[in-house]
Amino acid sequence: MTRFLLPLAAFIVLVGFLAVGLNLKPREVPSPLIGKPAPVFQSQLLHEPERMLASQDNLGKVWLLNVWASWCVSCREEHPLLVELARSGIVPIYGLNYKDKRDLALQWLNQYGDPYTVSVVDPEGRIGIDYGVYGVPETYVIDKNGVIRHKQIGPVTVESLEKKILPLIKELQG
Amino acid sequence: MIPELGNFALILALLLAITQGTLPIIGAARGIPSWVALARPVVQGQFVFLAIAFGCLAYSFVNNDFSVMNVARNSNSELPIQYRIAASWGSHEGSLLLWVFMLAGWSVAVSVFSRHLPDEMVARVLGVMGLVSVGFILFLLVTSNPFDRLLPAAFEGSDLNPLLQDPGMVIHPPMLYMGYVGFSVAFAFAIAALISGEMDAAWARWSRPWTTVAWVFLTIGIMLGSWWAYYELGWGGWWFWDPVENASFLPWLVGTALVHSLAVTEKRGSFKSWTVLLAICAFSLSLLGTFLVRSGVLTSVHAFATDPTRGVFILAFLVIVIGSSLLLFAWRAPKVGLGGKFDLVSRESMLLANNLLLMVAAGSVLLGTLYPLIMDSLDLGKISVGTPYFEAVFVPLMTPAIFLMGLGPLARWKQASLPELMLRLRWAFGVSVVTALLMPFVMGEWKPLVSFGLLLAFWIIATIFVSIRQRLHNSGQGGLFTKLAKQSRSYYSMHLAHFGIAVFIIGVTLVNGYETEKDVRMEIGSTVTMGGYTFRFNGASPVSGPNYQAMRGDIDVLRNGEKIRVMQPEKRTYNASGMAMTEPAIDTGFLRDLYVALGEPLEDGAWVVRVYHKPFVDWIWFGCLLMAFGGILAVTDRRYRLKVHNKHVETATVAEDKRAASNPRLSTGGKKA
Amino acid sequence: MNLALPFALLKNSYPQKISDLRNTFAGKQLILLLAFVLLSPLSWAKEAAPVAEDPVLERRMIALSEDLRCLVCQNESLAGSRADFANDLRREIREQMQANKSDREIIDFLVARYGDFVLYRPPVKPATYLLWGGPFAFLLTGAGILFFYLKRRRKQVEEPPLTEEQHRHAEALLKEDKGNNA
Repeated sequence: MTRFLLPLAAFIVLVGFLAVGLNLKPREVPSPLIGKPAPVFQSQLLHEPERMLASQDNLGKVWLLNVWASWCVSCREEHPLLVELARSGIVPIYGLNYKDKRDLALQWLNQYGDPYTVSVVDPEGRIGIDYGVYGVPETYVIDKNGVIRHKQIGPVTVESLEKKILPLIKELQG
Repeated sequence: MIPELGNFALILALLLAITQGTLPIIGAARGIPSWVALARPVVQGQFVFLAIAFGCLAYSFVNNDFSVMNVARNSNSELPIQYRIAASWGSHEGSLLLWVFMLAGWSVAVSVFSRHLPDEMVARVLGVMGLVSVGFILFLLVTSNPFDRLLPAAFEGSDLNPLLQDPGMVIHPPMLYMGYVGFSVAFAFAIAALISGEMDAAWARWSRPWTTVAWVFLTIGIMLGSWWAYYELGWGGWWFWDPVENASFLPWLVGTALVHSLAVTEKRGSFKSWTVLLAICAFSLSLLGTFLVRSGVLTSVHAFATDPTRGVFILAFLVIVIGSSLLLFAWRAPKVGLGGKFDLVSRESMLLANNLLLMVAAGSVLLGTLYPLIMDSLDLGKISVGTPYFEAVFVPLMTPAIFLMGLGPLARWKQASLPELMLRLRWAFGVSVVTALLMPFVMGEWKPLVSFGLLLAFWIIATIFVSIRQRLHNSGQGGLFTKLAKQSRSYYSMHLAHFGIAVFIIGVTLVNGYETEKDVRMEIGSTVTMGGYTFRFNGASPVSGPNYQAMRGDIDVLRNGEKIRVMQPEKRTYNASGMAMTEPAIDTGFLRDLYVALGEPLEDGAWVVRVYHKPFVDWIWFGCLLMAFGGILAVTDRRYRLKVHNKHVETATVAEDKRAASNPRLSTGGKKA
Repeated sequence: MNLALPFALLKNSYPQKISDLRNTFAGKQLILLLAFVLLSPLSWAKEAAPVAEDPVLERRMIALSEDLRCLVCQNESLAGSRADFANDLRREIREQMQANKSDREIIDFLVARYGDFVLYRPPVKPATYLLWGGPFAFLLTGAGILFFYLKRRRKQVEEPPLTEEQHRHAEALLKEDKGNNA
């Protein structure tokens, strides 16, 4: 009478998925851009609006693109780590100041420190859309050929730096 | 002091629940009458302690005791009293306490209204409910204690979510939970029957009214939730196929199948093991819903603040309860008899087919709800499954079910003839097709989907007429009213519930087909016209509520140049949370709703205003209410009313029913459909 | 119940930039206004202008964004969300529509950036065959099992002949229960 065991079997399968599901993060959406060329942008610098930065200028080096804003609360959480990383000189960090006001952004950097080689502005979030940004902060690792290799959603943590980002950078630079 | 008292009462309730879940079941198995007799008093004791616990929590909310974490997080001293009471079930912890409190309430009801049942049966049923209660009280005490203190106490609470500060919120969760928890009775009856091995028509007759009552509560609960979303969320949608909505819809679908399957088991003794499986499924899905809402595995607009240990606990609980029930089922069900004989074309097989469609629909909704989780756990990427999927799948599955809904009540038990049925229903079919084709013109524009929806609705209504006519024709002598009075309540209840489905479909079809919406910038004195109504904006002015500040728009509604009503939509900002809320103004009518919501302020007192004209939208909820009334009517059928017979007579009748069930002639008696 | 992002629940698809339509149609409106003055008691009231520059395009935008998911919200469509992110994407869709992009092209644009997750209607591909085919597979299997079960069952079940005693019970039951057994 195996057919009476079928409901139980179906239930066991279901429980398996639910158990795995408990350890997943349903709100993190992996980026389809990984392994693809980073979208090209050209935008004003935050500090010197009369100067522009084009993403192609960074070809040939490994760099981080960190999306941040002065209104973003969890950016404050990762900021000390970024400042420290910048000080170590391992990798240049470029900031994308996302949907922010210039004076507020500058004031924020004064207060918390400026880890960025330069920051470019994206007042209307258009570069953000190209990069698939949906929650700030986000951090992209981009290689020498301008290909996105990794995307960190949410604040950078000690753990994510040590386990993923730094080893990856070493590999890409090497 | 009061929270500690509540906590203590909760612990005592746990001890009683443990007693309730063990001794009576063992007593019934070993034949120890004193242990069997324990069941009723223990149930009532547990209820009293849970009532005390719930009372203590409500007391802490009412008195703004912000030294209780739960109160500090979900209430505020400015909150009006009725919402402070409702806030006691507004959080994860409080709603779970409500859950177990209701479970205790249902158990007490079983203990009171089961005097005519054999004591062993009652002991087993209450024992199973006790075990469920043990799990939930433990869950409360271990992971989600509503009485946890916050030291030092907060000076002020962070407020109840403004979306929940609404009369709908006061009654929606209790109704919904009454439905969820109510299925535990059907579940307990099913498990008791499996344990004892006595599964017969009597068992179905006993559990049928309980199942129907639970189904009624669930229907009303879902209806209230949908209605609340409609007027509170500010854009007039009424169903979003959100995972949590689906979690309430799944037990409803299976519960509906169960209600029908129980009817067959009671009257014909058939589908016993299927009915038992449905009873297990309906309650399992209620539990699964609890897991989905509280574990954080799915993203939903309704999700509670989540915590992985809670998820692990509920999952373990699910495995124990559902796993052991299904194991018991696999062990016992093969020994269950098949029941009365019936043909491939008969009312039984049509009901079975309808059951199948309902279960396939439930399976599909479950598949769609869990598929993102399944893909993610197999590392196949992340997807979203939303309204387009559910509509594409659900409508084709429900169409044949609705067709069968018309056929079933007219088909004979045991053996029906398709050609004869077709002959009898040809007029019903013709009339519904013609009306469905013509009706959209009355509404102003012909649309294929509208015609299709109306066809389904008119088909139901037409077949109800045919059924009643036939029934009266076969009811012997007498005038129309004597004949009408002769029919049983359960007969009318079935048609009333089916009629409710028709009304629901009409509402959905017409509002989807003919709803109009305008987004306009309204300056003071400017007008917008829609659906024959003119809306004139007289400006917006500030008002203060008990715990919010608002801008209140003032809009005159004119019909043929005559002012028929003033609508006052609001845009509120709540003091404690600073959250903004849109409170639309709705003019409810039999044939349409007028729905006005304020958007953003513009210069010179002008506002962006959104105006909707929603024809027949209230029929959606009215249809649900009719279904619920149908259920209530069914429960009041004289068969289920408490009989003052002593137990001997009662069990004898049941034994006869058992035999009668194996012979269709007897069970359908003088009533041939 | 706690809603984690409740403020995102409120619908807002009001575009930010509004050009004044009335100027364009000033002449026509004047005539209409005169007609109103003569014919209607509401003569002095003026018809409110739609918020959208192009209501037809707006409807198309809303229809498309109803099937798209707002990523930052808990579970809401782009059309239904009030979040800033949803506003931006609606603007993007509107602009692409103005640039004569087809719905397909806009969807491809979004999927390239956010993945299949933005689609409320999951694409049909090997990983979703079970999702799309499941319901119909359930139905076919269920119907098949039901059919064969019913056929086999009919052979298995024998009507038990009534014993003398059962007959007596039955008669008694019929008499007693007449009229109240539905």
